[in-house]
Order: sequence, then structure tokens, then C-alpha cells
Amino acid sequence: MEIGIAHYLSVAGILFTLGLFGIFLNRKNVIIILMSVELMLLAVNINLVTFSTHLQDLSGQIFSIFVLTVAAAEAAIGLAILVVYYRNRATIAVDDIHTMKG
Amino acid sequence: MTELPVLFPAYPEIFLAIAIMALMMIGAYSKAENTLGAVSALTQVSFVVTAGLVLFVVGGATQLAMNDLFIVDQFAVYMKLLILLASLLAVTMSNGFIRREGMAKFEYPILIAFATLGMMMMVSANDLMSLYIGLELQSLSLYVMAAFQRDNSRSTEAGLKYFVLGALSSGMLLYGMSMVYGFAGSTQFNALANAFTADTGAHMGVIVGLIFMVAGLAFKISAVPFHMWTPDVYEGAPTPVTAFFAVAPKVAAMALLIRVLVGPFGGLVAEWSQVIVVLSILSMFIGSFAAIAQSNIKRLMAYSSIGHIGFALIGLAAGTEGGVEAVLIYLAIYLVMNIGTFACILNMKVGGRMVENISDLAGLSKNNPVMAMLIMVFMFSMAGIPPMAGFMSKLFVFKAAIDAGLIALTVIGAVTSVVSAFYYLRVIKVMYFDDPAEKLDSVESGAMKLILAVTGIVTATMIFYMPVVTDPAIKAASSLFGG
Repeated sequence: MEIGIAHYLSVAGILFTLGLFGIFLNRKNVIIILMSVELMLLAVNINLVTFSTHLQDLSGQIFSIFVLTVAAAEAAIGLAILVVYYRNRATIAVDDIHTMKG
Repeated sequence: MTELPVLFPAYPEIFLAIAIMALMMIGAYSKAENTLGAVSALTQVSFVVTAGLVLFVVGGATQLAMNDLFIVDQFAVYMKLLILLASLLAVTMSNGFIRREGMAKFEYPILIAFATLGMMMMVSANDLMSLYIGLELQSLSLYVMAAFQRDNSRSTEAGLKYFVLGALSSGMLLYGMSMVYGFAGSTQFNALANAFTADTGAHMGVIVGLIFMVAGLAFKISAVPFHMWTPDVYEGAPTPVTAFFAVAPKVAAMALLIRVLVGPFGGLVAEWSQVIVVLSILSMFIGSFAAIAQSNIKRLMAYSSIGHIGFALIGLAAGTEGGVEAVLIYLAIYLVMNIGTFACILNMKVGGRMVENISDLAGLSKNNPVMAMLIMVFMFSMAGIPPMAGFMSKLFVFKAAIDAGLIALTVIGAVTSVVSAFYYLRVIKVMYFDDPAEKLDSVESGAMKLILAVTGIVTATMIFYMPVVTDPAIKAASSLFGG
């Protein structure tokens, strides 16, 4: 069996869905949410690179480099916010994040 | 010899970027006592200079720069001026608060400036890549700002919530972009617009991508059902940050949504306008009904802004040039009345301590009649009662919707507008008819008084000089529709 574009897209789609559900269904730990966000962004990268090779067009790969860079910055800021949050509340359990009703 | 890319249309952004980096150096190396004061004054100057450059660079015609990644047209100029105005006022309004509440760090105005730069890049984006970079520059700065009061658990919680949901929305937006890129073969807006004008319609993959992108952008404008973060972030974030959030990023994200839907996806108006109609109806409903039960005025303003976005989306749902023009007018008026309202909220303090419950305003008409009068003007305006500016903005979007045949949407808009009048009027009732609560402190600074007076007068009298806003809005809308 030849591995075609549909397989790559399926993998990306599955990873993206896993990331999405990791954010919504996870009731334990904020770190897992950060990992899920990362998973979503990487799924997008797989998508972009797949399309880029399929279309013989370089811009998708350039896009994926941008996504990688921004994802790094985003992880840094997310962890920094998490650290200041932990200093105030001494917990990072998702269930405890409810000082404000919402 | 390789040719240098055209940079001229991007001068305002380049200037602002260099200015911010210089300010960071000043902030980091200056030994002066009052680094924050110097940096924030210089930030304000940079905003004014950038606004001047924005006006200077545009020659009336649409210009492309940086290998077509970047576009400057009347629409971009209009939105950039609104954004710069909002940011300038946000820096000015923050000064007193950040000193009192232990947030007096020079990074504060710099973060506002970075967010502003991101917003300016967003509204000038002409490619999915530049759109993404601008949006993230804005969002990353805003996450930090929400958590800026870092010894306060509510502020850090607001930052954390905003970060998680913001990252989620960026992920959805990106996934949508990758689908659009894959099925349309380009990330460039002009190429996409050409790909979708054909009567054959778009591939299913493009439609899926479009829906994901709209969902991602709906998060940023906090349209229902993607609004969950808004009330918490507005309540938890420090008040001047909330004031900034409520205006500049909303205006910029709305501009981005218009640019994306009308530009590259202009040919698919039948597909996206249904989505926008649903977002609009839900936002108007939640914005008016959920606000009724609120006692915290920042939370009330969060729901109020959700409702306003719903009204603005009516104009976009029409999908016509008149509709976009109405949205642009709406955003300008929204900016003025929100800045005014938040200037009032920033002055709600008793004995130097901030208070933010609606009940703290009780009897304000006896303690501080001028402030009560101003809040009344803003509340009447938000409720859309003539002759305030807010009435005109609603009138324009409703008119555009009726012209486009969206009668049902207009009726729902009018009904929810009446419902929302209830909670705006309740604030006025509390101020004028309840027994006086503790007396509020008098307005802190001359700059604040000036902002209050100007926004109040503009909100109350705009009806007499509407062309000041409508003429540029007409030009901006027509530049977007290739006029």
C-alpha cells in the first residue's frame, strides 16, 4: 500500500482532535493543556508540510517555520504565566481555577 | 543585482517597531528615578508619530509591499488610526492606576505598543502568513498584560484563562489556514480571491478551512459561542488593561475578520454569511440576557461588549459595501463610548481603593453630579437611545441589514437592544434614585478629566457632525470592495 496525502492528513487530523479534546476533557493539570496546545500546532505543521509537498509550492514550509517559532514563544509565555499563577495559588489543578465564575 | 522589496507603505510599522526596541533599551538601561514616566510619555509620542506616518504614507490608492504580504488601503488607514487612538488613550488612562496598584513597571507601555504593532500588521495583512504573525504578536502581548499584576491571584488567573483559550483559538485558526492553503493552493489573499470567484464554488476542504478560520477569529472578537473567556478576563485583569482589551483588540480583530471575509473569501459570501448571522444572533442574545444578572461593572461591560460585537456583525452579515461601512462607523463610535465608560470605571475608587460593583455607584448624582451625568450619557449611548452616538451606530447597521434583506436579523437586533437597555438603565437608576453609598474620590488627573470631557461631549453631540466619521468609513469600505 502506498502512503498518500490522505494518510498524512488523517494523522494531522487525529493529532489535532487529540489536542482539542485534551484541552476540553482534561480536568487535572494545566501542563497537560500546554502540551495539548503544542500538539494542535504540530498537527497544523504536518498539514502544511504535506500540502506543500503535494502542491510543489514552498510557501507551506515557510509557514510551518513561522508556526514553529511562534509556538516556542507561546510556550514560553504560557509557562511564565503558569509560574506566576502557581506562586499565587500554590496549585495548577484545572479544577481550582475558578475564583471568578465562568 | 537583487531588487530590494518595496518597504515604503510599511514605514509606520517599521518606525513603531524600531521605536519600541529603543524604548526597551531606555527602560532597561536608564538609571532615572521615573523610568516608567519617561517610557510611557515616549510611547505616546511614538503613537502620534506613527499616526502621522500612517496618514502620510497612504496616497489614496491601494499599495502593496514586501512581495504582496502587506497591503495599505483606505480601510487599513481607517482601522490603524482607530487602533492608535485607542492605544494612546489606554496608555494615558493607565498612568494613575498602575502606580497605585504596584504595577509601575516600564514594560507596561511597551507591551501596549507591541500589541498595537501586532494589530496594525493584522489590519494590513495580505497573506495568511502575515495575518498569523500580526495576530500572534498582538495576542502574546495581551496574555502578558492580563497577568501583569503578578502578585494578584485574579489577574494571573485571568492571564492563564486568556492564554489557554487564546492558544486554542490560534490553533483552530491555523488549522483552517492550512486547509485553505492546501485546497486553494496559495496563502496570498489576491490569489485566493481569484481562486474563489469562479462560479463553480469552492472545494469542500476550503469551506471546512473557512469555518475553522471564522471560529478562530470569533474567539478574538469574543462572539458567542466563543465568548467564554471574556467575562472572566475582563473581571480579573487590571482595570486599565480591561479598558484596553475592550477597545483596541476588538476593533483590530473585527477589522481582520472583515478583511479576510470580504477580501479572499468575497466570492463565498453565501457560505460565510449564514455563519455570521448565527454568531450575531447568539452574541446579541447572550450579550443582553446574561448581563442582566451581573453586579460587577467590569463583567457587565464584558457582556455589553459581546452584545455590541453582535450588533456590529449584523452589518458584516449583510456582506455588502453598505454593511461594511456601517460596521466601520459602529467600531468608531464603540471606541469612543467604551473609552469614556472605562475612564469612569477607572475613577471609581473610595479612599484610594478601587471599587467595581454597580452598587458602589449608588447616589452618585448627589456626590458627583458631573460624573453621574457622564456615565448617564455613556449608558444611554450604549443602549442606543437618541440623540446619543450609539443610536446612530445601531441605525446604520440596521439600515444596511434591511437593504440586504435581512429583516428577521434586524428585528432580533432591535428586540435584544431593548432588553439590553434594561441593564444600562439600571446603572442610571442606581446613580440617580438609590440612597447614596460611600462618596467616590474626585477624578485623579487632568488628563483623565480631559478624556472624560472629550469622550462625553463627542458621544452626546456626534449626531451633529456624523460626516467626520461616515466619510472616511465610506472611503474605507469602498477601497475594500475595489472601488
